[in-house]
Amino acid sequence: MSDPHGSAGGEGQAGRNLPPLRLHVPEPPARPGEAADFTHFDIPAAGAQPRPDETAQPGEMRDMAYGLVRVLDEEGRAAGPWDPRLPAETLLRMLRYMALTRAFDARMFRAQRQGKTSFYMKSTGEEAVSIGAALALSRDDMCFPSYRQQGILITRDWSIVDMMNQIYSNKGDRMKGRQLPIMYSAREAGFFSISGNLTTQYPQAVGWAMASAAKGDTRIAATWCGEGSTAEGDFHSACTFASVYRAPVIMNVVNNQWAISSFSGFAGAEATTFAARAVGYGIAGLRVDGNDVLAVYAATRWAADRARANAGPTLIEHFTYRVEGHSTSDDPSAYRSAEESSQWPLGDPIARLKQHCIAIGIWDEERHAAMDKELAEMVRDAAREAEKNGILGHGLHHPMESMFEDVFEEMPWHLKEQQQQMLDEWKAAGL
Amino acid sequence: MADDVIEAAADTQQMNMIQAINSALDVTMDRDPDVVVMGEDVGYFGGVFRATAGLQQKYGKNRVFDTPITECGIIGVAVGMGAYGLRPVPEIQFADYIYPALDQLVSEAARLRYRSAGEFISPMTVRSPFGGGIFGGQTHSQSPEGIFTHVSGVKTVIPSTPYDAKGLLIAAIEDNDPVIFFEPKRIYNGPFDGHYDSPAKSWAGHAQAQVPTGHYRIPLGKARIARAGEALTILCYGTMVHVVENTVATMGIDAEIVDLRTLVPLDIDTIETSVRKTGRCLIVHEATRTSGFGAELLAQVQERCFYHLEAPIERVTGFDTPYPHSLEWAYFPGPVRIREAISKIMKD
Repeated sequence: MSDPHGSAGGEGQAGRNLPPLRLHVPEPPARPGEAADFTHFDIPAAGAQPRPDETAQPGEMRDMAYGLVRVLDEEGRAAGPWDPRLPAETLLRMLRYMALTRAFDARMFRAQRQGKTSFYMKSTGEEAVSIGAALALSRDDMCFPSYRQQGILITRDWSIVDMMNQIYSNKGDRMKGRQLPIMYSAREAGFFSISGNLTTQYPQAVGWAMASAAKGDTRIAATWCGEGSTAEGDFHSACTFASVYRAPVIMNVVNNQWAISSFSGFAGAEATTFAARAVGYGIAGLRVDGNDVLAVYAATRWAADRARANAGPTLIEHFTYRVEGHSTSDDPSAYRSAEESSQWPLGDPIARLKQHCIAIGIWDEERHAAMDKELAEMVRDAAREAEKNGILGHGLHHPMESMFEDVFEEMPWHLKEQQQQMLDEWKAAGL
Repeated sequence: MADDVIEAAADTQQMNMIQAINSALDVTMDRDPDVVVMGEDVGYFGGVFRATAGLQQKYGKNRVFDTPITECGIIGVAVGMGAYGLRPVPEIQFADYIYPALDQLVSEAARLRYRSAGEFISPMTVRSPFGGGIFGGQTHSQSPEGIFTHVSGVKTVIPSTPYDAKGLLIAAIEDNDPVIFFEPKRIYNGPFDGHYDSPAKSWAGHAQAQVPTGHYRIPLGKARIARAGEALTILCYGTMVHVVENTVATMGIDAEIVDLRTLVPLDIDTIETSVRKTGRCLIVHEATRTSGFGAELLAQVQERCFYHLEAPIERVTGFDTPYPHSLEWAYFPGPVRIREAISKIMKD
């Protein structure tokens, strides 16, 4: 067979003394057995970042996409123009919601290991991303989360028994056992049905925000995805739509460094920041210390005020670390340095807020220990309550014929026929 | 929504299929402020086929707007608008361009009601011109309906006349589930009998081109007997209804032509009744054969009518090749191939 385009490296190339081309395949700084290496991170001092006006033109604030908004310093002091100056009561609520999320995660992770459900995903180390944002938004703003934002539901005081029913896929699961554990849906809490397909929620959030704007509503939308899935086309479609229509939406990229076993370099982190994606789309971009709940709160509040002022969307990169495995089906010791999570240079979000609350004299170690104990008991009691509705695989699920419901508003003949056939077959088999 | 309600509309007007679609959009937008129209070139310009002409001028830019060229984004945004409470009618400029939107259609729009147990729904109607016969080459001629009929949670509708196009589109927009509404672009301006070298016909004088100017619905899931007959049953939809009608008339055979109108949900009763009566069945579609919708029709007819069949069921379809440009009329399942198949079925 002849090659119409000539052979690779054809005659014209011979003798031109060009170096061979090289393919760059990214490699993380440390693998299992190696010391964690964070020397490539440039971490500015807390309080050092300027705070532009909420209605600033994106072109005037490009530096924000390459810096790092930080409020809490190493001694637990709040510093600089991004300090939201929250009242003590709000700080302690933040602390409690983060601790409750971590206690919930611990309990549900254990439930999965005990065989009570098929799957779980912890948000350890990333609690500030959800809780800081949820407190900065209005309760009726619409959230289009990814799968690691359980902190939003907890911050909106959603029933943790209801969440557990979903995780156990039992007869109390409002989703009728149809979705993988943690794929919650809670319309009343302004929490959109979670998809297992990545970043599909991005253009949906933009569409919701566009609808809100077209209707002259005052509610805004917020959405979350991981740094890995910013590579999806949906992310870029969403950014284009958000920019074109100046949609009142906050687009959060949770950069937790790892997408299962692929480090952030496979989504482009070696080349630039994720907040810098905003620059090309001409939208406001902020890069935030995602383990600093005050910084997350302040950035979200800034973006929400901007959206409400019809000044357009904001893309926020939350720079954080996924302390645990991707899910209960993942073992990170197989691909990354074991030291990374304990040596993460931005610390632990709960420990940092606790330190701050103690430093300003509104909290102490005794109260913190008592709170942790109370929350552990609370989630234990909630789990016992949820387990009364059944655990996965123990028969207390929704009836099998419910499988055919909600495919359409009204069940068409072919689904009725298949439903009846299934029931007849089971009956004939004596089951 | 009661499917059996067809509201009569007194005034009728002659319309081609584009005008009928435009009228359906106009009527639904006028009745329901939550209906929004979006897509590439649909706004100021009114669409490359003019289906949305005049709507932005009448209803404003908040309800009729041009979009960036990203089908994934168009459908994803429509899912979000639907979750808000709007009733979006996105246009995908050609069905051949719908593939970038597949994830948003298949994994999101079609699954939202199910996965949220009805908390969120996706009441969008995706309009898209489909099918060949216009020398559009492989990227402006495809018939991808079988991809969508295979997906649980989405309805697929294909009209064949101006009257049906309007009534079905209104029903689709008012439906609370996602609907793929494929418009056979070869017959936008007039019925096409498959004789590509004959002068083009317009819809003028066609009985099905007298279209009520007001609101009416043709229920989804109900087929139309385009021609009653006894000799054999021909199942078809879209452009092929007209090609089949002409071929049958030319042959002088007493065929019963069933225009399916909706593929999912399928009007199985009309199909079963017809094939049990005639004992013979031909299936005709433009789409490629393997795993095409004809395969499902064939299986359904075999399961329900096996003991009434007097001849094997035949399929006339597009070939399993990409849609060719210069060889369009060899590819198109036209009168020659339909005639041969009918003769074969009637031989025994």
